[in-house]
Amino acid sequence: MGAKAAAPGDEGEPQGWQTDRSKAPVATKIVVAGGFGVGKTTFVGSVSEITPLRTEAVMTVASEGLDDLVAIPEKATTTVAMDFGRITLDAELVLYLFGTPGQKRFWFMWDDLVRGAIGAVVMADTRRLTECFPALDYFESCGLPYIVAVNHFEGTARYAPEDVREALSLPSYVAVVDIDARRRESVVDALLTLVRQALDAAPA
Amino acid sequence: MTLTHPLPLRVPDRAAVGRRPARVRPYSLTGGRHRFGHVLRVETFVAALDDPGEWPEPVTGGLAALLMPEVRAIIGLCRRLRSVAEVSALLKMPLGVVRVLLGDLADQGRIRVYGIGYGGCRPDRALLERVLSGLSRL
Repeated sequence: MGAKAAAPGDEGEPQGWQTDRSKAPVATKIVVAGGFGVGKTTFVGSVSEITPLRTEAVMTVASEGLDDLVAIPEKATTTVAMDFGRITLDAELVLYLFGTPGQKRFWFMWDDLVRGAIGAVVMADTRRLTECFPALDYFESCGLPYIVAVNHFEGTARYAPEDVREALSLPSYVAVVDIDARRRESVVDALLTLVRQALDAAPA
Repeated sequence: MTLTHPLPLRVPDRAAVGRRPARVRPYSLTGGRHRFGHVLRVETFVAALDDPGEWPEPVTGGLAALLMPEVRAIIGLCRRLRSVAEVSALLKMPLGVVRVLLGDLADQGRIRVYGIGYGGCRPDRALLERVLSGLSRL
């Protein structure tokens, strides 16, 4: 487990479960959201057993405020890329990590992504903290468990997690963790924090 | 610690609680469910039921009939178990197209769509415990 493939799309050796088509492992997922350049793909790549893969969704862009049910006179399409990775946790359990852009105009993708998800890691960069606001609003609105992971970039001021919590108006049960997305242990710790929080919130 | 700049303050969007985006998309109408009830989430596993070599008759109907090369590529790739997202990424085909094709192929008995392994919309406690112990072993 954990061996990295050589190039994007090159998956390396197949996991045992991939070659037995008589049954499939349970698949579950965690969403990693945040602004552009905050380190989502780095985070995913630090723990993924495959080089992160990129999948794209095509979306139709309508002007703001337009009623979606009426005919859209001017349609434009844009492509939204999502990088994802995979961790085989045991022979019958596979965890996917989906990195998704944080802007509000991508909420349409999240509706689909969050269905069945364990929860979300919202990545924040304290130099551009406002970029994680829409993700927080979204996950609060749908009741998905989430934590905030402050990705610390070298040479930038460090803020106490409590200062970040206050700035983000987070409820006390939402964890705020400092991470280095390049470090596997740091990413695993963040995932453990999220899963524990999801467990606390799950009905008995 | 030096606080060079105060952090910007977020005002939570209380109005957003309980309100879901209203954009209408094919899969939002069906909840990702194809017409014969296949649930095709990004993490859903699929696998081919046939070998393309033993596959003389063309696919009939649906988008799959118009996209035979893509269909063959999907069947070929799915000789290993794959998630919907992996099919999309490895074949460089948009997620929406892959979902429609996989749904058509599942309807026609070419592709098996595996159950997600748990009911309901959220993982239950037992699954969360398994994930927790799996992650702890990494």
